[in-house]
Amino acid sequence: MFGAGGGTSSYREVGETDVILLWGSNARETHPIFFHHVLRALERGARLYAIDPRATPSTRWATRHLAPQLGSDIALANAVAHVLIDEGLIDETFIRRATIGFEALRTAVADASPERTEPVTGVPAPLVRELARDYGRAERAMICWTLGITEHHDAVDNVLSLINLALLTGHVGKWGSGLNPLRGQNNVQGGGDAGALPHKLPGFQDVEDDAVRARFEQAWGASIPPKKGLHLTDQLHAMERGALRALYCLGENPAQSEADAGRVRRLLRGLDHLVVQDLFLTKTAELAHVVLPAAASLGESEGTVTNSERRVQRLRRAISPPAGARDDLWIVCELSKRLGRDLGEPVAERVWDELRALSPMHRGMSYARLEALGGIQWPCPDESHAGTPLLHDRLWAQPREGPPAPFHVLEAEPPAEPLSDDYPLRLTTGRRLDDYNTGVQSRAFPSPRRRAEETIDLAPSALARFGVREGERVIVRSRRGAVEAPVRADPGLPPGLAFLTLHRPEQVDTNLLTIEATDPRAGTAEFKAAAVRIERIAPRPPAEAGE
Amino acid sequence: MAHDGGLVPLRRKVQLTIDGAHVTATEGQTILDVARSLGLDVPTLCFAPNLSPANACRLCVVELEGARTLVPSCARLVEPGMVVTTDSPRVRDARRMVLELLAATVDMQATPRFAEWCARYGARVDRFGAPEARAVVDDNALFVRDYAKCMLCYKCVEACGDDAQHTFAIAVAGRGAHATIATELDTPLPDSACVFCGNCVGVCPTAALQFRAEHELRAAGSWDETKQTRTDTVCPYCGVGCVLTLHVQDDRIVKVTSPSDSAVTHGQLCVKGRFGFEYLGRR
Repeated sequence: MFGAGGGTSSYREVGETDVILLWGSNARETHPIFFHHVLRALERGARLYAIDPRATPSTRWATRHLAPQLGSDIALANAVAHVLIDEGLIDETFIRRATIGFEALRTAVADASPERTEPVTGVPAPLVRELARDYGRAERAMICWTLGITEHHDAVDNVLSLINLALLTGHVGKWGSGLNPLRGQNNVQGGGDAGALPHKLPGFQDVEDDAVRARFEQAWGASIPPKKGLHLTDQLHAMERGALRALYCLGENPAQSEADAGRVRRLLRGLDHLVVQDLFLTKTAELAHVVLPAAASLGESEGTVTNSERRVQRLRRAISPPAGARDDLWIVCELSKRLGRDLGEPVAERVWDELRALSPMHRGMSYARLEALGGIQWPCPDESHAGTPLLHDRLWAQPREGPPAPFHVLEAEPPAEPLSDDYPLRLTTGRRLDDYNTGVQSRAFPSPRRRAEETIDLAPSALARFGVREGERVIVRSRRGAVEAPVRADPGLPPGLAFLTLHRPEQVDTNLLTIEATDPRAGTAEFKAAAVRIERIAPRPPAEAGE
Repeated sequence: MAHDGGLVPLRRKVQLTIDGAHVTATEGQTILDVARSLGLDVPTLCFAPNLSPANACRLCVVELEGARTLVPSCARLVEPGMVVTTDSPRVRDARRMVLELLAATVDMQATPRFAEWCARYGARVDRFGAPEARAVVDDNALFVRDYAKCMLCYKCVEACGDDAQHTFAIAVAGRGAHATIATELDTPLPDSACVFCGNCVGVCPTAALQFRAEHELRAAGSWDETKQTRTDTVCPYCGVGCVLTLHVQDDRIVKVTSPSDSAVTHGQLCVKGRFGFEYLGRR
């Protein structure tokens, strides 16, 4: 945000803040050790506002739980902005010095009072006012979010609507105040840092900037395509058009992890050549022409990863990979060699030093310093720099350093797929504590709490509405596909919302249902909101007809 | 914490004397912190740097001039002008008695350094008799509870409770000689509030709580810490970036812990970080 692709604060600040808005996140289950920092704050007397349509193990810890209609986050954030402005809870000095676009936002949210937006969000207006007052008056306050904000077709607008709140109150760029996306995977942040984005080179440097490209071309002795590449969603569209015919897929299982998985599988099958590099013969690997068995990042590889507080930490090898499995780096170097370009010895530290030479924000992070300091938070421009626990304090400098942070005027948009008589139920997806994504890694350990079978979770009142009983196997159908699962009643769900995980696609292939409605700016599909219906498998026996 | 990026609140300096040495410490440090920073080897069992002091084992007691009783160094904060002796005859007597009483009631055989301390303080481990045998509680796939080895230091209770995990699945049940660590109504762990983070196992000083692999290797007589390597790396699951210390014996991960001075974890992990490595062996 504001030109840097990472959260602004350290975990330690979370433990030392006064008010936390946990928005679209069940961190108690999905980021348990981050939640320990939240608990430290609560032990100190901080207040936690959990914003989630579901009641979860996280919302149980909240001072207040706000349960908005799924997909109404922008309307809710605008209502909070309205209260902040209307009740004089904004930091006018900060707004004047550090931001632009305030007047447009003020005008845009003038009519968005909590009372007016309540029919859209479903959140009682007094709760919204309470949250806004507490957030606005706090000396330190944080907004933290996860995929409940970003797995929507308007993901970027959702994030911008939260940034507005921090800019109104000055809750960014100072100790204990910040904006923090919690990354879902151990190196989502680091992949971006290292340039594994179609529009960026390492260190978030723009690939379409001629001067940037020239530096990399000189270092690499090779030319770089001057136009940005395709992110995953674009790649799928390109496969659909027949423009993309070959794919090299590393450590990803899109045949099960992508929305509208039926379509993804058709597209992968239609490729001329699919290479998959993975630890296991995943569903995606089963579709491949060539499978390259890889060593695991855990314990079998050297390298670095970056976490949700921008901390770069080292991966170290402790055990041997199985016979035949090779380190990712070795495979890439070997492929390159056979394609006619020798990249040199596949040594992780050598690659890292090359990245440091080209990426100013990583320059001071030698392996020796990463070791000595227990990881370093970027930016770290030189070897005398301790790293940056707190980002964007430049906004508080006088005069301000760098460009002002912009407010954004945002229209609330409902989920891409409306409910209808045929598909009257909203389906959302998420994770549970002891499993992870499509289960490729997590399914191997014998979790005592894992359910015997994946379930479709419904509000207790929804069981009567659809005429089903707990434990009954039903068909869940969307416009794109259908799965079968037993029903489980979850009192934490509102009446119109159903919940599935992605954890056991061999039992319940959840992504056959989800919709590939994607924010073109983020490339993330709307996993959080599909329209479905519940169908009974067996007709109701006559004896039960009067139930 | 060591890894704080240099952001440390300002604290006053405190002058005191330890074993005759004049020391400048920092407000908020304990006597134990300062003694260890001087390289003094004060034994502890119930102390952990990432938990609040339990004051249970009394092994770390030191003599404080002007104090009627010995004081637990793990809990006592430094004050200006303190005169501390960490190895006086009175301290050695107390530690010897603590070790002898522990040996009489608890199976201390798997406790690191216990035998060394007994020798150092001249403790006769059979002086007050031998501990009773107790059956190992083996009720889940991930770890076992061998309460014959439990010295009731409460570290597991604190780690499960408001020192870290806030799950509150275990507490002390019973009184006096019958006191024991138990789940609510003594139900098996899978039926309790336990979320299997293993943070209790991570802080246990006596191996009363053992991860499955350790338990099996010990039973087979092949658990050997001298053959183990410890390597820090990062958890492969969510984006919090928890540091995992992989304990490896014979090219196999036998235990996962986290350094208590990690700014990310403070030594605590979740069920996936602690136990979710088994996929490595399924290829």
